[in-house]
Amino acid sequence: MNPTWNAVSLGLQRGWTEFVQSVRSTQDQGFYLFTAALTVGYLFLRRNTEVEGTDLLLPSVALPSILGALIAFGVIIGPAYALAMEKEDGTLLRHKAVPHGLQGYFTGQLLFQSLSLLPQMIVILVPSFLLFDDLMADPSGWLTVAWVIPLGLLATMPIGMLIGALVPSTQKVGTWGMLPVLVMAGISGIFYPVQQLWGWVQVIAQVFPMYWIALGMRSAFLPDEAAALEIGGSWRTTQTVVVLGIWAVVGALVTPMVLRRMARRQTGSQVEAARDASLQWVR
Amino acid sequence: MEAVVTVRDLRMRYGDNDVLTGVDFDIRRGEVVCLLGPNGAGKTTTIEILEGFRIRSAGDVTVMGQDPAHADDDWRAHTGVVLQSWRDHPRWTPRRLLTQLGGYFAPYSTPERPRPHDIDLLLETVGLTELADRKIATLSGGQRRRLDVAVGIVGRPELLFLDEPTAGFDPQARRDFHGVVRSLADSEGTTILLTTHDLDEAEKLADRVLVLAAGRIVADDTVDGLARRLEGESQVRWTAAGRRHVEAVPDATKFVRNLFDELGDAVEDLEVRRASLEDAYLALVQQHEAGHGEAAARLFAEVTG
Repeated sequence: MNPTWNAVSLGLQRGWTEFVQSVRSTQDQGFYLFTAALTVGYLFLRRNTEVEGTDLLLPSVALPSILGALIAFGVIIGPAYALAMEKEDGTLLRHKAVPHGLQGYFTGQLLFQSLSLLPQMIVILVPSFLLFDDLMADPSGWLTVAWVIPLGLLATMPIGMLIGALVPSTQKVGTWGMLPVLVMAGISGIFYPVQQLWGWVQVIAQVFPMYWIALGMRSAFLPDEAAALEIGGSWRTTQTVVVLGIWAVVGALVTPMVLRRMARRQTGSQVEAARDASLQWVR
Repeated sequence: MEAVVTVRDLRMRYGDNDVLTGVDFDIRRGEVVCLLGPNGAGKTTTIEILEGFRIRSAGDVTVMGQDPAHADDDWRAHTGVVLQSWRDHPRWTPRRLLTQLGGYFAPYSTPERPRPHDIDLLLETVGLTELADRKIATLSGGQRRRLDVAVGIVGRPELLFLDEPTAGFDPQARRDFHGVVRSLADSEGTTILLTTHDLDEAEKLADRVLVLAAGRIVADDTVDGLARRLEGESQVRWTAAGRRHVEAVPDATKFVRNLFDELGDAVEDLEVRRASLEDAYLALVQQHEAGHGEAAARLFAEVTG
């Protein structure tokens, strides 16, 4: 039995177990339902709003962008919190203490964080398709969804892992993780077209993957005429693949190095210090 | 016997604070060794260096034939670490977690030492059979520590590290735990290194005690050996004709023989106490905590030397 493959297979089991436990937990169910209620509620209130320059209604235009944002948000904030917390509570240390444990641990994280998108998507897509018409212009759009989501995952998850690896404590994920990601979401053309912003902000927005995931999702859901609303009047599919691809490759190269460095520094005293700090914090 | 752990002139410095100033010791195969010392003496630092979790400043360390700072996964497969968990894996059950973590040891199984442990047997050993399928979040502190021990030994390690394993245990849990450690050493032949600040615990568990103070080993012997080195008298207490007597004598054996010769069956409730190592250790701890670590270490080395 090859120990590395054994570890990867244990990691997959771990990811699956974590996923099943998460779906069964009322806490996580509550979170999924909360985001779904917020999204669908917003779309429902504005179900008759027409989007300027097209004959499309707001839900059709906004849903793909919101899905894109939720994907990016989920796979950045999810791993960032998970890693920061599991550094502190000793989960990581447990895996450091068994042979090839870290390979298993990160395999598990990768699978669990990816799978977590499924319930998130389902609770939004199912009611949306029941409530609104003309969400998917052409069924072939699902094929586009099928590559945009995995590529988007690979482009954004390393960012979350890096934040989780580098933050000094879980409480800092809000400042160092949530805030930049919210700013990124704000300028990524999800709530209003990016062209309404200043030129330099548009440039920054287009450096980060979130804009491109949302653009890719819009290209999947909307009719071709809607491309007229985008920068350059095109879906820019090639650029989407290239930008997300670069993020994915850089992430795949940098993340393992940073994670290895972080894991090397893990000690029992660190876990104990975190526990003491949290007791202080609660008091 | 062959040495499993060799430590020579181990030094550790954080910033300009010297925590270890030249630690030397050996551990032989099958021994249960206790690293005893006041809080802040450097016990955790020492054990974390041996576990490969912390990089030392200087010195030579060999653990199971490798330098733990650069040891590989094969080395990991033969060592076990009992961690002080806190709130990890709250949604998992003990059985699921042990099965998952034990799985990593399967490639290292040999006919003489099948790995990992049988999970049911392991749960029974640490007394968690009834709680095996409950969420870990619902376990009490003591039950969690028993799970920590189970995780530490699931791979049937040849060498096991435990850092302050009974901190926060109630007396019953502590007693059960001592039983588990002794049986590991006796039936599995596991070499064990544990840290404690409790002399009583060291006495119950260890074949040999290393007293760590002011960043170095100030005594290295069995608890009995240490006690014998302490010069001084023994205390003999007995009751005769309804009266309680206490006497301090240099040679207790001789004194007691004379006592029986004189009084015979009239001697009741006989009790002999050696000049106490406890007192010497307590003095060490108190001085250490008062900030006179160096002086305390020298004094302790002197009285036991």
